[in-house]
Amino acid sequence: MFQSDSNISRKKPTYFREHQEALYKSLEDKHATVEVDHSDPLATRMTLNMGPQHPATHGVLRVLMELDGEVITKCRLDTGYLHRGIEKMAENKTYQEFMPYTDRMDYLSPYSNNVALCLAVEKIANMEIPERATYIRMICCELSRISSHLLWLGTMIMDAGALSFFLWTFREREKLYDIFDEVAGHRFTVSHSRIGGVNNDFTPVAEEKIRKFIREFPDELKGWHKILDRNRIFVDRNNGVGAIGHVEGIAIGLAGPSLRATGIAYDIRTFEPYMLYDQMDFMVPTRTEGDNLARYYCRMEEMAESVRIIEQCFEKMPKKGPIRVDDAKKSYPSKDEVYYSMEGLIHDFMMTDTGICPPAGAECYHAIEAPKGELGFYIQSDGTGHPWRLKINSPSFSNLQGLETILDGEMVADTVVVIGGLDPVMGDSDK
Amino acid sequence: MSLDRVMGEGYFTTTVDALTKWGRANSVWPMPMGLACCAIEMMAFAGPKYDAARFGSEVFRFSPRQSDVMIVAGWCTYKMSHAIRRVWDQMPDPKWCIAMGACASTGGMHRCYGVVQGVDNFLPVDYYISGCPPRPESIINAILKIQDKIKEQQSLKLDS
Amino acid sequence: MNIEIRDNLLQDIREFMGEDLLEMNLEYTHPLLRIKRDRLHDACRFLKNTLHFIYLNEIIGTDRFTSEDRFEVIYHLISLRNRQRLFLKVRVEEEYPVLPTVTDFWKSANWNEREVFDMFGIRFEGHPDLRRIFLPEDFKYYPLRKEFPLLGVPGSLEMPNTTPDHD
Ligand code: SF4
Repeated sequence: MFQSDSNISRKKPTYFREHQEALYKSLEDKHATVEVDHSDPLATRMTLNMGPQHPATHGVLRVLMELDGEVITKCRLDTGYLHRGIEKMAENKTYQEFMPYTDRMDYLSPYSNNVALCLAVEKIANMEIPERATYIRMICCELSRISSHLLWLGTMIMDAGALSFFLWTFREREKLYDIFDEVAGHRFTVSHSRIGGVNNDFTPVAEEKIRKFIREFPDELKGWHKILDRNRIFVDRNNGVGAIGHVEGIAIGLAGPSLRATGIAYDIRTFEPYMLYDQMDFMVPTRTEGDNLARYYCRMEEMAESVRIIEQCFEKMPKKGPIRVDDAKKSYPSKDEVYYSMEGLIHDFMMTDTGICPPAGAECYHAIEAPKGELGFYIQSDGTGHPWRLKINSPSFSNLQGLETILDGEMVADTVVVIGGLDPVMGDSDK
Repeated sequence: MSLDRVMGEGYFTTTVDALTKWGRANSVWPMPMGLACCAIEMMAFAGPKYDAARFGSEVFRFSPRQSDVMIVAGWCTYKMSHAIRRVWDQMPDPKWCIAMGACASTGGMHRCYGVVQGVDNFLPVDYYISGCPPRPESIINAILKIQDKIKEQQSLKLDS
Repeated sequence: MNIEIRDNLLQDIREFMGEDLLEMNLEYTHPLLRIKRDRLHDACRFLKNTLHFIYLNEIIGTDRFTSEDRFEVIYHLISLRNRQRLFLKVRVEEEYPVLPTVTDFWKSANWNEREVFDMFGIRFEGHPDLRRIFLPEDFKYYPLRKEFPLLGVPGSLEMPNTTPDHD
């Protein structure tokens, strides 16, 4: 059935001709880029192709727009330039082996992705997680939310024309990188949350660093609010741009802050509390305008809320305790055990070899509130250590789908700001 | 321009050569082909803490016409590979290429149907950076290595 | 998630679907319902208009790798008013992998259906713009089907030439 084509190296590349033709056809356009209407030059229609290599598309998004003057009349998105088949890979890996891949999905907030997968697997395999581990996870999730929003802030404002913000937000991000470096041993692909707990406890240095960060960060945030909130250029650039109502927002399936900016307080942390979010006191910021400025306010306030959650976590967190399930069938034994006892070594080996085996035929879904919206894993198990099917419900995918509708009727110059405001990550949406 | 064909290997040529090399080596402007996670680390490399400007990589040029070294950061899919090759073809000579991270070098952990197993399948790579993702220090190292390479090459001959 | 509300909703669905509700799985709190293929459109209309499931979150395709009813398509719906999730399943056979589209109820089904089409080759009748979403149109296989090898088919996706002029 699958015959390889031996002549391939001698063929001329066609640049996926069929694909391009289908794309242009769906825009009801021929390949021509400009159609000059001589009777009325102002009515000239033009097809503009933006991406896949474009500095403002946040990676490799391709946008195809049909313009009428400066107004976008129709637009099509071409995604998949980062499609590597992560779901296929998941089917060929054990659950723990797959965990590092989640880091590389939404690479602006890897910790949330780790936690999302771990929670889903723990749910399907019926595991209870020690309390301290849950708190560590929550703290790091909120830190990664801040980190993701920081990058959004920097790049969004950079797209709008101010470069210095990028440097300021990156300075803060570097602090977060230092924290993750201390906690997990890597700057951002952390793989720290493991199935059954977390890899290692906070060191005193790490804890001190986090405390210092949450002490200083609110001031920084205040300063940014001061610069941006009443900045004429920024407000004019974002006010009313890319606006969408809540009815339409639900219909096109927006997720996360973009949906909350339309006035719908859909946040998994309160909608369906996971971990220990039901014990936390925090607010879900919403706005009703649904435009880019509203998204900006939502995200900025979310960062402040995250700081509050971290503070509460530190208060309530048990000072000592196990950080991983002590059950050799469900999670890795600690390294001490592996090195100094025969049993530990055998368990470690078995765990790597077969892994966690959820009951056959079980299927479940678990979602968390990632910085960009609902991130869910749907897992079907066939009783072995590999998932039979693992579907990722990624927030960027949902948001990008909305982009086609949002861009209709906008000015072409606003495209970059709208993309920046929605904050899609292609690694996440392209699976 | 074949300056040396006119003048041979004289004093003048070597001096101009040294000057050009010095200039070139200290102003390699990267073309950031940021594809995936490594691109974030590449941003950190340009950011305040690691400050690529110290080594002459002052500005990231998103236009291929203005850049000297292409940093391919991230896994490269078959669909994207054509765009990368086109951008590479549009860069003016002399040009260099850095494959950043395991994915760009070999395909890395993404051994799957969509990913080209290493960008050296269709690009002449000068320097490979290991790591997943590499730390910004190693990108600086790569830039310095590229500078060494530039200094060793015959710049005028290269142009002819 | 409120169990009482959930059970009331399920009661409503059971009454509406009758015999055509083939399977119900409540093991992991979220209800997974399987219905007959022909009733899909009916059920969707009922769920959206009467039970207020106005938010379609995703569409999941799976390959069961059996000779009968090989593929399964799962619609993941959310009712914001009742704070409920619901998973609605239908099965499709391999010979005729066609389902009616649900884009007329939920606009967000658009890309999700395209994704299922791209990965499994299940076609959706009446979809406004059914193209592959991730892979190029020139690619002839459906990668998430179980028989497709992990490393792909050599030569099925073209690579650029290594010389600037392509002759
Ligand atoms: S090498 Fe690692 S960090 Fe870099 S693109 Fe590949 S997976 Fe991402």
